[in-house]
Amino acid sequence: MPLLEIEGLSKAFGGLRAINGLDLHVDEGEIVSVIGPNGAGKTTFFNLITGMESSDQGSIVFDGQSIDGLRPNQILQLGMARTFQNVRLFPAMTVLENVMVGQHSRTKAGLFGAIFKTPSQRREEAAIEEKAKDVLSFFGTRLAGYRHDQLSMMLSYANRRRLEIARAMATDPRLLLLDEPTAGMNPRETVELTELIGRLRTEKGYTIVLIEHDMQVVRNVSDRVIVLDHGVKLIEGSYDEISTDEKVIEAYLGRPAELGA
Amino acid sequence: MSQVVDAPVPVDVELRPTPPIEMRRAVRLGLSGGAAMVLVAATGIVATFQPRMVIDPIVPLGTMFLYLVAFAFGWMASQPPRTLEGFAPAVVGKRNVMAGALAGLLAGLCVGTLLILMTVFDLRGVFIELSPSLVEILSLGFPVGAAVVVIAVISAAAGALGAGVHLLPIRFRRSLMSALIWVAFFSLLTDLFGQLFVGLNVDFVIDLIYTSRGGALTVVGAVVVLVLFFALYWYLGGRENTLRERVQSMPKDRRVRWQIGAAAVILVVLYFIPRLMGPFVSQILVTAGIYLLMALGLNIVVGYAGLLDLGYVAFFAVGAYAGAILTSPQSPALSPELTLVVAIPFVMLAAAIAGIVVATPVIRMRGDYLAIVTLGFGEIARILLNSEWLAPYFGGAQGITNIPDLQVGPLTFSTPEDYFYPVFLFVLLAAYITLAVQNSRWGRAWMAMREDESVAEAMGVNIVTAKLSAFVVGAVLASFGGALFGSQIGSVFPHSFDIVVSITILVIIIVGGMGSVPGVTLGALVLIVLPNLLREFSEFQFLFYGVLLIAMMLKRPEGFIPSKRRAQELHSEELAQDAWLEIYGEKGQAEVVPEGRA
Repeated sequence: MPLLEIEGLSKAFGGLRAINGLDLHVDEGEIVSVIGPNGAGKTTFFNLITGMESSDQGSIVFDGQSIDGLRPNQILQLGMARTFQNVRLFPAMTVLENVMVGQHSRTKAGLFGAIFKTPSQRREEAAIEEKAKDVLSFFGTRLAGYRHDQLSMMLSYANRRRLEIARAMATDPRLLLLDEPTAGMNPRETVELTELIGRLRTEKGYTIVLIEHDMQVVRNVSDRVIVLDHGVKLIEGSYDEISTDEKVIEAYLGRPAELGA
Repeated sequence: MSQVVDAPVPVDVELRPTPPIEMRRAVRLGLSGGAAMVLVAATGIVATFQPRMVIDPIVPLGTMFLYLVAFAFGWMASQPPRTLEGFAPAVVGKRNVMAGALAGLLAGLCVGTLLILMTVFDLRGVFIELSPSLVEILSLGFPVGAAVVVIAVISAAAGALGAGVHLLPIRFRRSLMSALIWVAFFSLLTDLFGQLFVGLNVDFVIDLIYTSRGGALTVVGAVVVLVLFFALYWYLGGRENTLRERVQSMPKDRRVRWQIGAAAVILVVLYFIPRLMGPFVSQILVTAGIYLLMALGLNIVVGYAGLLDLGYVAFFAVGAYAGAILTSPQSPALSPELTLVVAIPFVMLAAAIAGIVVATPVIRMRGDYLAIVTLGFGEIARILLNSEWLAPYFGGAQGITNIPDLQVGPLTFSTPEDYFYPVFLFVLLAAYITLAVQNSRWGRAWMAMREDESVAEAMGVNIVTAKLSAFVVGAVLASFGGALFGSQIGSVFPHSFDIVVSITILVIIIVGGMGSVPGVTLGALVLIVLPNLLREFSEFQFLFYGVLLIAMMLKRPEGFIPSKRRAQELHSEELAQDAWLEIYGEKGQAEVVPEGRA
């Protein structure tokens, strides 16, 4: 049974059909790339499945359960977490706190616990911190030690992207949605992140859907590629299949010479 | 938002000299200072303050205040420019004093011009405070022509003195300025110090330094205070840090014992404060404590959760009325005549319900819209309490009277001195809650919501619960303030719950430092205690609030004692530069590859 199954999903902004009758599925353990030219509806697709925007039509089933009309926090609770194309951290909170917020939906302590410092609250708080540090250690030295207490706005751009992934990881997701994770990174960092996406599956067992413009990354990580254009699915298949498809070349890749760039 | 890695400039180049301070800036500041001095005169501050002597009989407050402005602008005009990276520190010298004197001179000439205008034209039709007595004060007994010169000279001298501050060695400067501030305290807060010396049974000090009890500081007194405090600060200079370091470097159990000891000493001092200070000062402290209690509550709503609530006074009113209805025999409809201690849980319940009522409609609102709606709720609360329609329950404009004194077991609290203790206890409670919640699951959720509401929700924070809980916590803290207020005054009237209360509380947390308990405390002391102690100032209280608020927003937007994170947030560029230096400056070469897609 697929982890995520979408049928006939549609969303229009005024006259613009951002997503138009989209059908797709993501299987457990897959890494799927969603590509397409600017304005193809990729980010809208993410916004719809995470509940940040409501769809006009269609059904979204996650893990056998319909998630239509649920609030974003309820969908996250079911195990779907995302990052944002235009990095949206909590700027005036520390690196560690940003990740700790990710644990919010997995923990229970209330205000009374915080005020009376109950043993269960203290245990939970320690567990949250440990978990956050554990998640950050996944990024090696990049987000290590002394950076934990820095405000997230002090981080470099690439580190902000990494921190967003860390925050999503802290929510214990089953499905991780990455919106252009390598945008704005230099080639070395891109290679590093490509490896990291692979490790996210092998070590953490996440199913991953990513939106990506860098074809190297798409080729190196994806099991399957879905091409969107004007809100409809143009084609899906392996990287080799889609990269030679004429419709895709016409809609997105332009000239064949650019393919391996 | 600043990028950390940018503009790679090598660090160990030869330092360039910092350019000398600009005279054009001094001219500009001088004219601004002149405008400020004219404003001080035209608003009536000079004439109102004149009868009060700072140092009897040579320094009247009005004249001093006027030239203090010249002093301040002289100080500003001669401020050495900040040492930028790659530049040598500025040389401070004669040119600084010249700049200060120039600024002072120009400011003085502005006042001189005002004086001439006042004598030539009758300006009182429009500016009622430009009275003949002001002419007398400004001209210092000289004929107008000579007076203009005298004013200009004094003002230039004040400006030069202000500039001279920069020339003093730092330890001397700090000691002198601190001592001068103490002289000002001793002279302006004569009631407070007079009461304190009587309370301490050292009445002879009053005879020594004041003309009479509650009177002005004498020349001898001023010198004594100045010398004593100068010596104290000179001795302490640089030592407070070593003490702090010593406490911090202690093993943990000893440090804890030290901290407990310090807390005990503070508690003992606080225990004696109301007894020493008498009813007048105690009443001011009780009022300030109630404001502080509410400011701590609003700090959670605005500072932590980022919900700009402009109708916070509504919760204060709910607390006061709930307390009054439950305890007063005069309550029109329902009158269970409970004691306040028994009533408190019900007051909390009423406040929590009020919090939910206000929060529910604003759950899907943000920022400005939320502020406007809450502003409306604040006014609705006052109008409802005042209405004829609800008069059978709340007493309308007559309010509810005969609220009994607070009683805990055998103890009865009736005087302001008595009320100091329960108010203080609740302030402690509020401060504890603020700190305890800060590093907790909901504290982080509130902050995440403040930073970016939609992302917080996408990261699993239930926005409905987060908003409701922030409003409820804020409402309950404000209701404690209201219940104590009603019980202490003995009656509650709708007009006590004006929008000005909401605004004052907001100004306290903005000026003090949003999100910081010591900052909010200092804010309450500065904005509530000082204006009440300085009787002459009360007329100009809101003018001072305004000036203070503008000055703070320009120079120190994070408040007096900011929380660490807010200071960082508002000075991120400087910090980004420091971080950059950390990477490039110390290691010598770039370890980090410039960002951006190659």
